[in-house]
Amino acid sequence: MIEERFDAIVVGAGMAGNAAALTMAKRGMKVLQLERGEYPGSKNVQGAILYADMMEKLVPEFREEAPLERHLVEQRFWMMDDRSHVGMHYRSDDFNEERPNRYTIIRAQFDKWFSSKVREAGATVLCETTVTELVRDDRERIVGVRTDRRDGEIRADVVVLAEGVNGLLGTRAGLRSRPKPDNVALAVKEMHFLPRETIEARFNLKGDEGVVIEAAGTISRGMTGMGFIYANKECISLGIGCLVADFQRTAQTPYGMLDHFKQHPSVAPLIAGSEVKEYAAHLIPEGGYKAIPQLYGEGWVVVGDAAQLNNAIHREGSNLAMTSGRIAAEAIAKVKSRREPMTATNLSLYKKMLDESFVIKDLKKYKDMPMLMHTYSQNFFLTYPQLISKALQNFVRVDGTPKVEKEKATLKSFVKARSWTGLFADACRFTRAWR
Amino acid sequence: MNVEPTVRVEDKLYYNRYLVDVGRPHVTVRAHTTPSPQLLALLNACPARCYELNDNGQVEVTVDGCIECGTCRVIAEPTGDIKWSYPRGGYGVLFKFG
Ligand SMILES: Cc1cc2nc3c(=O)[nH]c(=O)nc-3n(C[C@H](O)[C@H](O)[C@H](O)COP(=O)(O)OP(=O)(O)OC[C@H]3O[C@@H](n4cnc5c(N)ncnc54)[C@H](O)[C@@H]3O)c2cc1C
Ligand code: SF4
Repeated sequence: MIEERFDAIVVGAGMAGNAAALTMAKRGMKVLQLERGEYPGSKNVQGAILYADMMEKLVPEFREEAPLERHLVEQRFWMMDDRSHVGMHYRSDDFNEERPNRYTIIRAQFDKWFSSKVREAGATVLCETTVTELVRDDRERIVGVRTDRRDGEIRADVVVLAEGVNGLLGTRAGLRSRPKPDNVALAVKEMHFLPRETIEARFNLKGDEGVVIEAAGTISRGMTGMGFIYANKECISLGIGCLVADFQRTAQTPYGMLDHFKQHPSVAPLIAGSEVKEYAAHLIPEGGYKAIPQLYGEGWVVVGDAAQLNNAIHREGSNLAMTSGRIAAEAIAKVKSRREPMTATNLSLYKKMLDESFVIKDLKKYKDMPMLMHTYSQNFFLTYPQLISKALQNFVRVDGTPKVEKEKATLKSFVKARSWTGLFADACRFTRAWR
Repeated sequence: MNVEPTVRVEDKLYYNRYLVDVGRPHVTVRAHTTPSPQLLALLNACPARCYELNDNGQVEVTVDGCIECGTCRVIAEPTGDIKWSYPRGGYGVLFKFG
């Protein structure tokens, strides 16, 4: 199909692939990027919060050009039981700054724009092309790819696997294992359209200010999972995700859970009267540090979700994807500038640089969290939300019961549900995993 | 609690844009007489409800509404119950928002 030889082939035009292709093209390398979607973004799903700092490192002027929705001035955390929520809101006018820190975006539109920057930098971007196989030479080194376009292979010095969480190529080639049911969450998501003024009134916003809500509790029915509600300009992104292993075990349906979330008395008024225009689903890597596979080898590196570089506790993924893509590209460019081959030894520079970045440091910090949340999901996602909600209702309802008795009742309900040792153990486990 | 009768996935899928690759399904189920637990799990876990039981009690897949999430791959590919690929370039679901 393509006779010429490339310095690098990037598989995938998501956050990680675009960051990698852009960085290498800017350094004068000859880059081919392959994307299976009709256009970059047509296969991608996100909440979506964009973290400005990591984007700025790639396209400093993105604020003037990129399709952004709202800059965030407020973050809400909700702990929910079936009829109520206990919330923490953080809102600050400091976020109304000249260079805002976080934005909501619409991924399909953002990726299209991001890709235009990659083309401008000189990379060749081919869409509607599914890479079907990695090509090896007789010494088992990766030397290129095969696509579904026409037979024939495309060769390059190095292949950057930015194929996302469900990456087939790397797993088929035995470079890493297939994601396991307890390492990935399935999220389902809808786009709810409403007039701009309605969204601003319901979320207490003016201009381009935005709010996001993260929710946990009985909405996931005892499974490890979270819901989210993000305000865009003229629509609301709303979704919920739980571990695939939990779906497998409980026989709950993802759409059933989504609709249940939408009907919750705290959620329903926010989306009342909206027009739904899309229903999407996607996996999220949740295994954390312990699930990170081998990141490089003879002629290849893996970046972003494909490498499980995703911080589920903080709901950060795209910024880890962008950063790992950029760092991998910088490492490759360095090896190339030294005129050295793309061997595993030389490409280990990527891992060394990544280890020094926030990406690995953050994931390391929470290395025990995924296991904890999964093993004790009933406590964290069912029992505690119910207890806390009951405790607060008891606290705020005025009914002539003396306060001392109320406090005693609350304490008793906690001890009854989890026992003293249970409470103590949960607290210790949580603190240890968080530290 | 199983599939809620009020939720119709078909209505949700109707919002989406697809380019169906007629006659070339990207997911197939291995022939079987009695479905494995993994295959049965797909009846509920697939967010597009692509998997259904036929009259003989076997699990069948219809990929037209597939949103390419990969959940069924994670659950049932290791046991050999299904074969999973991406659709050909350009085909399949086309998100406008994502
Ligand atoms: C519901 C949801 C909410 C999220 N919310 C947030 C959030 O608010 N903030 C945040 O930072 N992160 C969030 N994330 C995580 C974030 O979306 C990911 O971490 C990020 O998209 C990973 O980027 P990536 O480039 O590694 O993979 P992707 O964005 O998935 O890109 C992979 C690309 O590769 C292409 N591809 C795959 N295989 C092939 C092949 N064989 N041939 C050709 N092309 C191929 C795909 O079509 C795709 O374009 C969320 C994720 C989900 C699912
Ligand atoms: S990939 Fe997802 S939507 Fe498609 S059939 Fe499998 S589970 Fe269903």
